[in-house]
Amino acid sequence: MIFSDHLLTVITFLPTLGAFLLLFVGGRDEAANNLARYIALGVTLVTAALSLYLWYLFDPSNTGFQFVENYGWSDSIGYRMGVDGISVLFIPLTAVLMPAVILSSFGSITKRVKEYLIVFLILETFMIGAFATLDLAMFYVFFEGTLIPMFLIIGIWGGARRIQATYKFFFYSFTGTVLMLIAIMAMYWQAGTLDIVKLLTFKFPPEVQTWLWIGFFASFAVKMPMWPFHRWLPEAHVEAPTGGSVILAAILLKLGGYGFIRFSISMFPDASHQFANFVFVLSIAAIIITSLIALVQTDIKKLIAYSSVAHMGFVTMGIFTGNIYGIHGAIFQMISHGIVSAALFFCVGVVYDRMHTREIDAYGGLVSPMPRYAVVFMVFTMANVGLPGTSGFVGEFLTMLAAFQANTWVAFFAAFGVILSAAYALWLYRRVIFGAFTKESLKGILDLDRREAIVLVPLVILTIVFGFYPAPILDATAASVNLVAENFANAIGAAPAAVAAATGH
Amino acid sequence: MLSDVTSFASLAPAYPELLLAVGAIVVLLVSLFWKGISSKAVSIVAIVLLLVVLAVLLLQPAAGVLFNGVFIVDGFARYMKALVLGGAAATLLISLPNSKEHGIDKFEYAVLVLLATLGMMIMVSANDLMSLYIGLELQSLALYVVAAMKREDRKATEAGIKYFVLGALSSGMLLYGASLVYGFTGTTQIDQIVTAISLDSRSIGLIFGMVFLLAGIAFKISAVPFHMWTPDVYEGAPTPVTAFFAAAPKVAAMALFIRVTTVSFAPITHDWQQIVIFLSIASMVLAAFAAIGQNNLKRLLAYSSIGHVGFALVGLSSGTEAGVEGVAVYMAIYIAMTVGIFACVLALRTENGPVETISELAGLAQKRPFVAAIIAILMFSLIGLPPLAGFFAKWQVFLAAVEQNLFVLAVIGVLASAVSAFYYLRIVKVMYFDEPVAKFAAVPGELNVVMAGIGFLIVTYFVTVGSPLTAAAHSAAGSLF
Repeated sequence: MIFSDHLLTVITFLPTLGAFLLLFVGGRDEAANNLARYIALGVTLVTAALSLYLWYLFDPSNTGFQFVENYGWSDSIGYRMGVDGISVLFIPLTAVLMPAVILSSFGSITKRVKEYLIVFLILETFMIGAFATLDLAMFYVFFEGTLIPMFLIIGIWGGARRIQATYKFFFYSFTGTVLMLIAIMAMYWQAGTLDIVKLLTFKFPPEVQTWLWIGFFASFAVKMPMWPFHRWLPEAHVEAPTGGSVILAAILLKLGGYGFIRFSISMFPDASHQFANFVFVLSIAAIIITSLIALVQTDIKKLIAYSSVAHMGFVTMGIFTGNIYGIHGAIFQMISHGIVSAALFFCVGVVYDRMHTREIDAYGGLVSPMPRYAVVFMVFTMANVGLPGTSGFVGEFLTMLAAFQANTWVAFFAAFGVILSAAYALWLYRRVIFGAFTKESLKGILDLDRREAIVLVPLVILTIVFGFYPAPILDATAASVNLVAENFANAIGAAPAAVAAATGH
Repeated sequence: MLSDVTSFASLAPAYPELLLAVGAIVVLLVSLFWKGISSKAVSIVAIVLLLVVLAVLLLQPAAGVLFNGVFIVDGFARYMKALVLGGAAATLLISLPNSKEHGIDKFEYAVLVLLATLGMMIMVSANDLMSLYIGLELQSLALYVVAAMKREDRKATEAGIKYFVLGALSSGMLLYGASLVYGFTGTTQIDQIVTAISLDSRSIGLIFGMVFLLAGIAFKISAVPFHMWTPDVYEGAPTPVTAFFAAAPKVAAMALFIRVTTVSFAPITHDWQQIVIFLSIASMVLAAFAAIGQNNLKRLLAYSSIGHVGFALVGLSSGTEAGVEGVAVYMAIYIAMTVGIFACVLALRTENGPVETISELAGLAQKRPFVAAIIAILMFSLIGLPPLAGFFAKWQVFLAAVEQNLFVLAVIGVLASAVSAFYYLRIVKVMYFDEPVAKFAAVPGELNVVMAGIGFLIVTYFVTVGSPLTAAAHSAAGSLF
């Protein structure tokens, strides 16, 4: 079938087409704004439907790449698309969250509406493209391309200290990523191609791997973000508008994790093995230190932002164990965190739109005026804690399992993160939802309206369904994860064997 | 033996230059004796002439060496000439509106631009140190006059004088270098110098000659440490003139630089490579930091152009065919971005006259969303962010440098581009994040066309011009090696 051959291209560039359409919406009045909103919503819904269709067509037993498109462009760069079990799920995750982001902006974004929608649609193209491309240079193009819309989103529609936040976001990401660019070029001259499929089978010499690994690490560690490269994240989250925070937490951070699995582990296994303990230390530091920092936050968004850093610590820890459970768990944790953190930021957006403050102290006792909100918020708080029965549990459990196999001490310290996350998340819930409903300013606060419910209820369902029945995610990824873990084991197992063979003679 | 000059048909490779020379003189004479002709009409005729010359250049693929070996036409020369002609025509086009205010509403302006362009084409085709110098001087003399065209303006006069004094100094250095090279190799012809060098081993006098020669050309491309004149001249000269300075002459001088280094000094690549690496690093780093403090738009663009010369030289540092290809692509994209950004600057006028400083751009995105969007696109492209054209330019040059394992240069280069992002982003910040204060006048139609065209090319580079441009640069670079 012709259509499915180009399905990835269609999904990737449909949002851009939508953005192009929006350019022709004239006028600044409310009618024009509404027209723009519904066009954007329609385009993202169609993209989401197509991405689910992609998931449906995806053959989980195939370990290779599917829906492949491959055209040459210059000597080096090519237009190459394709997905395997590692990348396929991130595309529906992105595409399904986008309509929710657009819908959530209907009430809260009232100035420069058209521009807001255009940059979000362009951002969607970059995000999906980064997961779908099979050309290393094009990956860089999409990966780095996200900086432009995100810079504008935080800078134009952000809060009071938005300029500092957006500059910090930009420079942390840009500086890290340009170092990756050099590594990409070096890989091209080493392997003679930028085709990811071919690069995955190319064996880079171990001493070269070390430098390439560092180049990629500079980029992904900032994106992820890993402690101590996380400083941009809390500020960017706090200042960004709700939609920006959602996309940042749910998708952009996942680009880092995806990159670690796709490139660091798969292409530089020797270097990854060599640096594994270093990554473990940073992951543990992220899990424990940022959890402690989250405890003392007074701003709801900042608290959730720090908890994101801690959760990403589990992801990096899982990835660099290099075994099946670890990588599987990391992918699951990323998908789950994509849903849960997005939902938490939506929840913050709900009360922020009503009260225009994110101070925890400004709230209290919301359970009586907002019972529906309290239920929804509780589900996501529990998922954030990692309660069994929510999607948050599965990923954390698998990565801990993997860590036990790799290094017991790593698992021992990571376990503190589980306790601490319960502490800060539940304490936040208590202070915002329970307690006496006495604050004058909160009188007359309204419960979730229909639009907000449409955004949040599907996320509640997904969180609980994946908690009890994680099979759809695990099945889709299983074959590819096995392959990655197997290759990793072979590569690091082969290295000592080769040395032994050499010395044996 | 028949001389080249006796047969007109044998001059085919030089037809574009001949046409331009005759055309420029005809335009000059007609405008002298036809009193009523407006400067705008002369400019339009000049643009048409440049485009006709461009068409002749592109449609007629004659190549060869003429005039006893001093003039060469190869793929590289044709590529660079196409850029020079396109750049010159585009900058004339954007100087049409408001020419009176900039003091260039005189027919001499267009004629001088034509003559300077002729000089540049000779520079690009120079195959002898003498024709190189003649082309360079023809170009420079025309540019000195153009810089000071707004006679009653003190800044413009100052810019003209500065440009003249430093330009003359650089020409002197170049000439001295050329004489040393001649003295130690016994020839002035570029493709014979190379055989002379490879016959006897390199001598210290030859190295001296080469250093002076390269220093002279470095003045013309304004690479650090020979960049001092650039910010002052850019700021002082009328804006349309600055646009012209920033575009075509840079390309011509860069072409000269490439031909001299890769052809005549090929056997001593290692020696000039060090010089180019130093120029490159110094330009990138100094421009990145010096531009941060600027509030004047034209000074900022001056530093920006210094920085971009540094990035282009990253490609040449490799000394390989891939590197030259990278520089060729870089210059094409650079010229498009430069013309685009100056079109935007010329388009912006408040009630206090033309916009000169960055702070005057406050809130432009809400008042003139189209111009602001184009400036933003150009700024992101100048930073080198994908998927815009500027990224692919950087990609090509850095790829060539990494191939030669110039990792230190590459890392310094990308970090300098991160620093330079700061001042480009400041313009975006002022336009998009700040609230509007001034009212902006309507934008002239010609400028809208130029801005829309360039914005379109920059954004859709990957799907539209990218692939053919890379192929053209590839064959251009191939003709040198």
